[in-house]
Amino acid sequence: MTTTLDGTAQDAGDRDDRYGFGGILGSEWTKLTTVRSTVWTLLATAVVGIGLGAIVTSAQAARWASRSPVARAAFDPTRSSLAGVLFAQLAIGVLGVLVVSAEYSTGTIRATFSAVPRRPLVLVAKACVFGVVTLVVGEIVSLVAFLIGQGILSGKTPTAVLSDPGVIRAVSGGGLYLLALGLLALGLAWIIRVTAAAISTFVGILFILPIIADVLPSSFTSDISRFLPATIGTVMISAHYHGTDPFGPWTGFALLSAYAALALLVGGVLLVRRDA
Amino acid sequence: MLTTVGTILAVGGRHGRHGLRIVALVLLVAAVVAIVLWMRHRRRTGKPSHAEPPLGDQPDLPARSGAGVVSGSDGKPGRRRPRGEENTIEARGLTKHYGEKLAVDDLSFDVRPGSVTGFLGPNGAGKSTTMRMIMGLDAPDRGAVRVHGRSYHDLGWPLREVGALLEADAIHPGRTARAHLWMLARTNHIPRRRVDEVLDLVGLTSVAHQRAGQFSLGMSQRLGIAVALLGDPGVLMFDEPVNGLDTDGIRWVRQLLRRLAGEGRAVFVSSHLMSEMALTADQVVVIGKGRLIAEMPIEEFTTKNSHAYVRVRSPRLGELRSALTRAGGSVADAGDGSIAVRGLSRERVGEVAWNNALLLHELATQSASLEEAFVESTEGDVEFSSASTADTGGKDGDRR
Repeated sequence: MTTTLDGTAQDAGDRDDRYGFGGILGSEWTKLTTVRSTVWTLLATAVVGIGLGAIVTSAQAARWASRSPVARAAFDPTRSSLAGVLFAQLAIGVLGVLVVSAEYSTGTIRATFSAVPRRPLVLVAKACVFGVVTLVVGEIVSLVAFLIGQGILSGKTPTAVLSDPGVIRAVSGGGLYLLALGLLALGLAWIIRVTAAAISTFVGILFILPIIADVLPSSFTSDISRFLPATIGTVMISAHYHGTDPFGPWTGFALLSAYAALALLVGGVLLVRRDA
Repeated sequence: MLTTVGTILAVGGRHGRHGLRIVALVLLVAAVVAIVLWMRHRRRTGKPSHAEPPLGDQPDLPARSGAGVVSGSDGKPGRRRPRGEENTIEARGLTKHYGEKLAVDDLSFDVRPGSVTGFLGPNGAGKSTTMRMIMGLDAPDRGAVRVHGRSYHDLGWPLREVGALLEADAIHPGRTARAHLWMLARTNHIPRRRVDEVLDLVGLTSVAHQRAGQFSLGMSQRLGIAVALLGDPGVLMFDEPVNGLDTDGIRWVRQLLRRLAGEGRAVFVSSHLMSEMALTADQVVVIGKGRLIAEMPIEEFTTKNSHAYVRVRSPRLGELRSALTRAGGSVADAGDGSIAVRGLSRERVGEVAWNNALLLHELATQSASLEEAFVESTEGDVEFSSASTADTGGKDGDRR
């Protein structure tokens, strides 16, 4: 060994007697930004979120002349422009799963836990880094989708501006929805650890549960469906909050956050108990 | 949070009588799933439901063989400590099941600083499992292991105290070599220039920006060694480090291990190839089927387990045989016209021949190789006899 860490340890921030959360956050940031899957999934999030919003608003604009007065009264230009966000959740979910499952499939998880034996710190750091990235990307995608959507609708249908009541809440709600769903996927990945199985479970929760809810007796359908992410998401991206909606946007967001927190909690308990 | 729950319940009450029941149902399902997962986990690992007592409470942890159990608490963690007696691995009664299979069985041994300790055993003997338990990655069912006098979990700066190469290919294929090292370095506040140093040390500087997916097994192996060296630690562990390396690479690893031990570090290297250890190790820990077979200096291991004999050739073999038998030796036919003498030293055999005026054409000590000693000592302890034969060629054994 030609050099040692003797002099360097101090200037690298060796103030404490133990590794800490800051270094782990930095490490997770490095992990997230040095693989291509991050770029691809975030790009897919943007394309789906913005592109589908543009397609939905174009369709609305084209069909406006033939809509009934009732349909016109119920039209929410904000929700139409943000419709793509409800599909972009898939791409964010895939990233959330990969952030964890790729460590298990490649074996880097053992290097990670060799460097950080207190495993829950890794789980929390991953959730923080992934959460911040998802929120920032989600909010940008929501805002851009909203602006493009209003541009497409402009002159053909009623449009919304950010200063209208409920619009800021709905646009920021798009990003918050992606955040909650992304963290749910992250939590599922800590529990399941295998990429394909975790993604399947995530997709199942998003798309299979609504179908099951649909075929149940109708008295159950509404009671179950209002707990489903898609139902809550639709309310979160709507500027008009009707009293008839199952949960209000903030209650819905709290419920989604609780799902994600539960998944992360179970994942954390298993993480400590299981062999790496 | 309470208001949120209140809101949920209030809304639930307003919009349908099933609301509360659904909330209860969701919680119930979550609880059932958690319990089922936990039970499955317990069954898989055979882990007792109560936690193991901490190592310090175990009365049966005396310092063995002069290896000092020095508490890490008085040393300053994170700082480079003098490479003295405290840099050791101490395993005591390690036991690990995977389901019904007993992988490691009441295993105790020490790894001392300043020497290379070879960890020998056939494939499937439990070497990798033991190393994972040292690193705190797998939890032992019973027993404990200390590094620097502490459990791995309690190390202040793990990468600066223990460096390990466990699996060479455990790298994200899309990440570059430098990024892989840097993301690990950051957790332990290891400066960025150390990443470049270890890349240089293992000869990967020119490919530092290539994605690891393009690496050969030998290059991955070198990157794994760079990870181990990253924190300049006093304890180093390498699991089968020469796998996939060419002859130059093998010689390089051998020299590196010797040099690291020469710098006072504790070096723990596993291998199923005896010849490799014969050239590198000072000490050996030999296991078979998870049990300790031998823990001793390598010469002692070779001597104890070898059937060394004196090989003699003479034109008057018949007379020599009876003379040697009279002198207390046991004589056997060694084929090709020579005899094998056991129980007498080479010098003594020469004396007997001289005293009887018998001409010798050959007089040589025939020592068993480490390979033979290993086969001898692990006889009956090989988990998969046919598999281990096929595996002598490393991973090629699977290729047929």
